Amino acid sequence: MIDPGKAVKQSTEKPEPPVAGASKLITGAIFGLAFGFLLQKGGVGKFNILIGQLLLQDFTVAKIMLTAIVVGMVGIFILHHFAKVNLHIKPTRIGSNVIGGLFFGAGFALIGYCPGTAAAAIGQGSWDALFGMAGLVAGSWIFAEFSGALKKTVQKWGDMGKVLVPDLMHAPRGIFVVIVAVLLTAGLFVMERIFPR
Amino acid sequence: MNLSRRSPLLISVITLVPVCLANAAEAVDARNYPGPAWSPYIVGACIGVLSWLTFYFSDKPIGASSFYATVAGFVGKLFAKRHIESLAYFKENPPRVGWEFVFVLMAIVGGGIAALTGGEFVNEWIPPMWEARFGDSIALRASVAFGGGILMAFGARMAGGCTSGHGISGTMQLNVASWIAVICFFIGGMAVAFPLFKL
Repeated sequence: MIDPGKAVKQSTEKPEPPVAGASKLITGAIFGLAFGFLLQKGGVGKFNILIGQLLLQDFTVAKIMLTAIVVGMVGIFILHHFAKVNLHIKPTRIGSNVIGGLFFGAGFALIGYCPGTAAAAIGQGSWDALFGMAGLVAGSWIFAEFSGALKKTVQKWGDMGKVLVPDLMHAPRGIFVVIVAVLLTAGLFVMERIFPR
Repeated sequence: MNLSRRSPLLISVITLVPVCLANAAEAVDARNYPGPAWSPYIVGACIGVLSWLTFYFSDKPIGASSFYATVAGFVGKLFAKRHIESLAYFKENPPRVGWEFVFVLMAIVGGGIAALTGGEFVNEWIPPMWEARFGDSIALRASVAFGGGILMAFGARMAGGCTSGHGISGTMQLNVASWIAVICFFIGGMAVAFPLFKL
């Protein structure tokens, strides 16, 4: 039941050629352009804003993420309800989500950008993000070297498959989405009160 | 097998060494440096709407980290084609110029347009906040950023996504994995950022 939208679109399972079709590349380019533009305008290409969030001094990152989650969630679950979009759920593997998440965070504090905001950072002329990007490529390679071994070990720890929070709590999705939207919006109001920046 | 379990630890030790060697100045405050150009609520709402569009028109969630794995795959294939193709990750995700690839490339251009139109093009090798804390050595900044990048990408691939793929796209779909991952991103980040910038 995770993906009734599949009934609408079934084209994603074919073996993919090394270069995608023109329409995929063009839409990817337009959406990427918009994403980079928004990240820079939101200030999340700036080292001090990203590190400021980790130091709990600047809450720009949390405000952007939580607002995006509320707006995106409501729209996507409505679209999904009417079978207009597929959900794209990554499997929950508690071991690798936690360990990988902690490593990601530690790296985040050192590089000062994330994989998406590094792109915006380079666009705004923060050239140190280039070294970070080189590290991201190297780290991806190192992971790939160990991917076979990790698959047999860490990735098996706490493997729950594709699961959503409402399904885990046996709550109806629609009501759950409304509750989360209200709670996160309230949270944002409180956050704005306490942390104006 | 032992090596594969210890490797993340090894990477983190190697990365933290240059930081510990640097004699840090006094604690810095992020609020003394430039803030965002636009309201975070407007930007956040626009990113939310952008997600509707990518789901609807491209059948894709917004994500960034797989771009770097694709680049690693392409570079790796130049040196050791058979070896790269034998690795489990690249068997499942063969490097290809696809939607995600141009998405991140064009995000650089989008960031450039935003900065130039807003008078925010900085053209600098070291962020001012870093310089106030660790001095003006580009070598130090470059090595820490490179090491941090290694750690970050390793973590992203292990966790299954980054601040975009898990932090925005996954959390808005109420994916359990994404909420676990994003909470761990910030725990791990604070655990390193506090000693790095405040002690």
